[in-house]
Amino acid sequence: MAMKLNPNKNVPEVDGLKNSAIIRKQLNDEESYFHMVMRRFFNHKLAVAGLIVFTLIILVAALAPVISPHDPNKIFGEFEAAPSSTHLLGTDPVGRDVMSRLVYGAQVSISVGIGAVAIYVVIGIVLGLIAGYFGKWADMIIMRITDVFMSFPYFMVILVLVSIIGPSLFNITFVIGLLGWPAIARLVRGSVLSIKEMDYVKAGVALGYSTPKILFQHILPNALAPILVNATFGVASAIIMEASLSFLGMGVRPPAASWGNMLTQAESITVLSSQPWLWIPPGLMILLAVLSINFIGDGLRDAIESQNAK
Amino acid sequence: MPVTEQRQPLLQVKNLKKYYPIRKGIISRTVGYVKAVDDVSFDIYPGETMGLVGESGCGKSTTGRSLVRLEDPTEGQVLFQGKNLANISQREMRKLRTDLQIIFQDPYSSLNPRKRIGDLLAEPLLAHKLATKKDADQKVNEILEIVGLPKQYKNRYPHQFSGGQRQRIGIARALMLRPKLIICDEPVSALDVSIQAQVLNLLKDLQKELNLTYVFIAHGLGAVKYISDRITVMYLGKVMELATTKEIFEHPKHPYTEILLNAYPIPNPHQRDREQIVVEGDVPSPANPPKGCVFHTRCPFAKDVCREKVPQLTGKDHLVACHFPLETVNV
Repeated sequence: MAMKLNPNKNVPEVDGLKNSAIIRKQLNDEESYFHMVMRRFFNHKLAVAGLIVFTLIILVAALAPVISPHDPNKIFGEFEAAPSSTHLLGTDPVGRDVMSRLVYGAQVSISVGIGAVAIYVVIGIVLGLIAGYFGKWADMIIMRITDVFMSFPYFMVILVLVSIIGPSLFNITFVIGLLGWPAIARLVRGSVLSIKEMDYVKAGVALGYSTPKILFQHILPNALAPILVNATFGVASAIIMEASLSFLGMGVRPPAASWGNMLTQAESITVLSSQPWLWIPPGLMILLAVLSINFIGDGLRDAIESQNAK
Repeated sequence: MPVTEQRQPLLQVKNLKKYYPIRKGIISRTVGYVKAVDDVSFDIYPGETMGLVGESGCGKSTTGRSLVRLEDPTEGQVLFQGKNLANISQREMRKLRTDLQIIFQDPYSSLNPRKRIGDLLAEPLLAHKLATKKDADQKVNEILEIVGLPKQYKNRYPHQFSGGQRQRIGIARALMLRPKLIICDEPVSALDVSIQAQVLNLLKDLQKELNLTYVFIAHGLGAVKYISDRITVMYLGKVMELATTKEIFEHPKHPYTEILLNAYPIPNPHQRDREQIVVEGDVPSPANPPKGCVFHTRCPFAKDVCREKVPQLTGKDHLVACHFPLETVNV
């Protein structure tokens, strides 16, 4: 643009005078929103502890073949053997190494947790954006479907669906993913309803941006924070869901190991009272995984939503 | 700038109406309408600044937003260079948007908080494929210089700027597409007085350099007087008076304009003893506007005919919608 205006003319005087120190600091301090959230998150002790534990669980799941002392499905001579140097956590009633099964069980929990949430977050975001942005009949239809989904007894529907299409790792991930979206959709819709009234969205329309661009580049990034928090807690509940299904025999099919189906053995009173190595470790793992994720979620929520920045 | 009849108007507003339905009950039955804009017409000529003034809720912002089709009018037309904005295709409209821009009132909500200033300014060019990434970057540097911000600020986020700086970024963004017409929707109302002058001067300078046409919306007359060539006074969705700035300030014909002028403080204390017409009461609800002249409930000169008949906007260069324009009353 070939125009010559005196640039100094329009620079506010205040910048030059009383704010010069602040300005100098700001110039060096180009902290993005993301950095600010990360900084606040890492100030949250429980959240950091949760992150460490959860990272360890993910590492265990990823490196299962390396870490695991034995093949999880190999049957050894001793049944229900107490912990020893060859079998750190003993063996189960079929004679398989509990430690190895525990390690492989992490794979199941992590993949169901993350997989299911990934599926329903995508569905929820798309439906929520459409409902919130376009409003009118689109909103009406999507929100009524959401209501219908939310009025189902969630666990029973999953149980029925899984028993119809057959229990397997993929199927339970898919079913949980397919049924989990209403909460996200509502959350997104709510945020969109307020964000779409913001002038920067109107400016986007006035600048001639396409609707998908406005939805995904201008509205969604500003609605992401609560979704992220919700999704984090969602991973925890998906892990519990998988464990419950597997406990009931509707989840991961034996002989594949899952923390849930390992707990099934605790149904017997003898196991419960005299063979704690069969049920304490898987129970503890579920507890640790869920707790660490919930701490991460808490930390994220505080980092994102608290207005009093440090 | 004198208005000559021979020139082609850049933008024509013809009988623009925007009614919002009032819905009640569980089946959302429409029980009435809020007449935000009710039969507004005016022309805007290239290079001029049209001021749009009135109290809050008089429909000036709705009118402004209709001009760039952020609102679809209930009735009436907005013609930009002869093209009816309501009739053209989405695609054509997107193209036309490069000529029509808007600057918002609130500099805090008009910039996407998640985008760096550089990206925010380059985006319009990239979205319309008017420049490559590198060119766009160059143009961002130029525009930042024009609005008086150092180009190092490109990597900063909106929350790191003051209100005045943000408003200048908003102006820069509106300029990126080199529009012909810019709707300034109360661009200085949210700013400190010292910053207001800067932004107004910037707008004025830009107009000269880039041959821009402005529709300048404001609720006070101060800024409008400074920047406008012509002024439209609105009240309850209707145009009360339309004339050049000089005429409006020196010979207001509508009692409402006179009242607005009186509400504007006089800097010189020796002139403060001038006779004042003071307005009483509040603006009536636009959902239930008064019969006849909409201003009669608050007009000190209202007579019987004002309560019955709607006055038409009449006059050649100085249009006024009043049964008893001021000069005839006073003489």
